[in-house]
Formats: sequence, structure tokens, C-alpha cells
Amino acid sequence: MSDDAPIIELRNVSKFFGPFQALAGINLSVVAGERVVVCGPSGSGKSTMIRCINRLEEHDQGSITVDGISLGEDTKDIRAVRQEVGMVFQQFNLFPHLTVLENLTIGPIRVRKMEKARAESLARNYLERVHIPEQAGKYPAQLSGGQQQRVAIARSLCMEPRILLFDEPTSALDPEMINEVLDVMVELAGTGMTMIVVTHEMGFARKVADRMVFMEAGRIVEVAPPSVFFTNPESDRARMFLDQILEH
Amino acid sequence: MHKTRKRLHWLDWLILAVLAGFVFVIWYRISGTLNYKWQWERIPNYILRWDEEDGRWVANLLLQGLITTIRISIYASILALILGTILGIARCAENLAIRMLARTYLEFLRNIPPVVVVFIFFFFLSEQFITALNIEGWARGIARQENNGVWEFFFGDMRLFPSMISGTIVLALFESAFVGEIVRAGIQSIPRGQREAARSIGMTWLDEMRFIILPQAMRKVLPPLSNQFISLIKDSSIISLISVQELTYKTVELVASTRMIFEAWLTTAAFYFILCFGLSLLFRRLEREGRA
Repeated sequence: MSDDAPIIELRNVSKFFGPFQALAGINLSVVAGERVVVCGPSGSGKSTMIRCINRLEEHDQGSITVDGISLGEDTKDIRAVRQEVGMVFQQFNLFPHLTVLENLTIGPIRVRKMEKARAESLARNYLERVHIPEQAGKYPAQLSGGQQQRVAIARSLCMEPRILLFDEPTSALDPEMINEVLDVMVELAGTGMTMIVVTHEMGFARKVADRMVFMEAGRIVEVAPPSVFFTNPESDRARMFLDQILEH
Repeated sequence: MHKTRKRLHWLDWLILAVLAGFVFVIWYRISGTLNYKWQWERIPNYILRWDEEDGRWVANLLLQGLITTIRISIYASILALILGTILGIARCAENLAIRMLARTYLEFLRNIPPVVVVFIFFFFLSEQFITALNIEGWARGIARQENNGVWEFFFGDMRLFPSMISGTIVLALFESAFVGEIVRAGIQSIPRGQREAARSIGMTWLDEMRFIILPQAMRKVLPPLSNQFISLIKDSSIISLISVQELTYKTVELVASTRMIFEAWLTTAAFYFILCFGLSLLFRRLEREGRA
């Protein structure tokens, strides 16, 4: 596969929740190693779009291809895609009945069929990467929000995915914990990981994004490099949005 | 909120006094009017009996019944937990047909009196099943063997094995409907994010259930589940109607042969109470430890 071939390709993707159209003809290609930040007002379909990429939501029209696999009804295909696509949730969604280390190893052991010892050394390695190696034996409830989210990132990384999706990873965090998570994400961006990040953290976007995607009402309104997007957005709607969130 | 008082008020004493008077009147009527002759001293002999021939203590009617009740309760609980878990999962299934089947099963059992259910299951299921598999002959074969100690330990007298096993199955089928409802509530109480997280790392549906959803769900429903198992012990008296020789059945036998109506039933009540109350204390302790 050539480097320029997209690793993720959405073609004319639409999605309905009952009568409500959440996505209306989305077209988006992401190449390997690219960092894409998706922003837009709430209810614009950002989360729905990235949730379609690992089929936590089923799209109704159009096609989604991830790493050469077209997403459809085939459960094997879906699982193959999910192993290549990690996801970090707004609410962390750590498994509360498992320790941090078990949270990290359950994927490699159960899905990748890795030996326990190898999975654990892998997990410790990634805990180191997210700067909390000392928390391995604790349960998620004993950690702060920022630590929990970093564990969640490490959990995704343990599956050694080619793509990471972030669904508003800092929105549920207390302000003083946002940076510790963003720092980890910036470091991750430096490793060449393909990332699609839904976030309102514009400082982060400026720093790491290759492309900004602005969505509204289920449509992609504007795609631009951050240098253009933040200084001179094409659409009025993006301009208004930026004014609103950058004001203070 | 009211503070719960730790000391008795004069009004409480009055209530207690009235109750005590009431008990006394009943007692008086039984001993006076009914001319009932209490024979408590004969009861211990029906629990443990000294066997002159073998020269050792052996379980008599009541204890035999109690042991059978305990055995059946344990096996039926295990079976009900397995069936109930499957039923609970089926109630949450995406497939409509599976959901409807599970729902139908539950509604039938919930809206038919247990005694009727027990008879139906017994005559239409257990009897056919036992005959078809020739369990009777098989059990008799083991009963005749010399080294059947292990079998006897787990199932008691092997000649009674068919009746005991059908009683166990009937009881388990009946209770599984309620266990299923509890498990369903547990599964549905787990936030959707847990499933999404499990799926997003590529887990199969089965692994997701086994390692993520059920362990959390079961922990949440431990209190109602333990209640259900205590109900199961109490409900086990119903299967005396299909001649399973458990505690209630044996008590009926004892009363029929000795006419010690009150002593026998009070003793049996005490056995059930100790069993159920002891178990509920145990569960309460387990819960507290689980939370700590």
C-alpha cells in the first residue's frame, strides 16, 4: 500500500437516528500518520462520525473503508477493524471491576491471544508512556479523572492499533487535569500514530493537527490546515464558532 | 428523617405485653380446651436415633429430610443460576425471537401458582425425561454397588435419586425465571460505555459478556440474588407434593405416624428458619466484605 492511499475513507456517509439525520453525506479521507482534529458545535455529528469508523454506530448510507476493510454486516470484518482502531471515550469507560493492569491486558490476552506475561510487560510499558507506572495495581475508582483517561489511552495503545479515535477526551475532566491528558496526546502525535480527535481544545489542535475538520448539522463544512483555519476560516459558520470558543 | 430508637418506649412495652398475653391465651386454649399432650421429649429421637444394631447414631426422619432439603437447595440453586443467567442474557438479546421466548417463559412462571407449575413440570417434563433416559435403572444399579460412598454423599439414598433429581430440576426451572429477571436487571444496569469499550478493543460478544458485563452485573445483583436463593429454600417445600423426600415430606410422614402435630411442625419451622436466616446473615456479611 502506498503511503498516500487513505487508511480511512468515508464516502457519502449518512446516518439517521429515527427521523433525525445525524450525518448527511460525509466525505473524508485520512492518510496513515495524519492527525485530524474535528470540531464544531454540539449535535453537529462529530462523535457520531468517529463512532461510525469503528462501527459503534452503523451508518445507513455510503461506505466506510478502514485499512482496506469495508465496514458492513460481517462481524469478523468489524472485529478486525476494531483491533486496528483504538478509541478513547469522553467518560473513560474503564472496566471498574478490573485493576489498571488488568484493564490494559484484557484486550491483548482475550483478543490478540497474547500470553499473560507478555501482555503485562506490554501494559507496563504503555503505563510508563502515559506517566503512571505506579498505578498498575489500583482500581480505576481510586484514580483521578486525568489518570483514568490516561489509563484509557494506554488501554487502547495496548492493542497496538494503527489508528486512534478520541471522542472529546478532556470534556469530562476537571480543568487542572486537562493538560496531563493533552500532554500524553501530544506525545502520541509525535510517534506517527494516525489520530482523529474530536475536541474543543483549540490549543491542542493548533499544536498537533495536520488538518482541521469543521462540522455542522451532520455535514463537513470546512477542511483546512490549522494555520488557515484559525486565522482565516472560509465559512462564516466556522468563524462564528471560533469566535465563541476562543473569546475567553 | 427519624432517628431509629435503640431503647424501648412505654408504649412498646404495652404492645409487647399485649402480644405476650395473646400468645398465652392461645397456649392455654391448646393445652386446656384441645387437651393437647405435648411430647417434646420424643422429638430429638426423630432427629438423631441411636442404632442398636450398628452401635452408632443415625439420622432419623427430620434430619434425613433436612439433609435432602439442603442437597436439593444447593443443586437447584446452581442449576437455577446457570439457567437464569442464560435467561437473563436472552432477555437482553438483540434477536427478537430469543427475547420473546425468554419473556414467554418468565410470564408463564410468574403468573401461574408455584404448586401448579411444579405439577406441570413434574408430569410433563421430569417423568418423561427420567423414563426416557432410564435414570431409574441406572440409579438402582449404583444403589446395589458396594462402593457407592461418593454417590451417597452427594445424592443420599440412590434409590431415591430419580425423585430427588426431578425435584431439583423442577425447582430450578421454576426459580430460574426469577433469577433470570434479576440477572437481566443487572445486565441492564451496566452503562452502555462498558460495552462500547469492550467492543472497541475488538472483543467478541461472548468475551464481552464473560469478562466485562456479567462480572459487574452479578456483583450488583448479589443482594436480590441471595434473597432469591433463600426463597428457593422455602419454595423447596412445594416439591414434597411430588413425593420428594425432603424436610416437609418427612414431617408430614412423622405427623401421620405419631400425631405430634405441633412439635413436629415447630421443629421443622425452626430448621427452615435456621437455614434461611443463617444464610441471609452469611450473605449480608459477604456483601459487606465485598463492599469494603
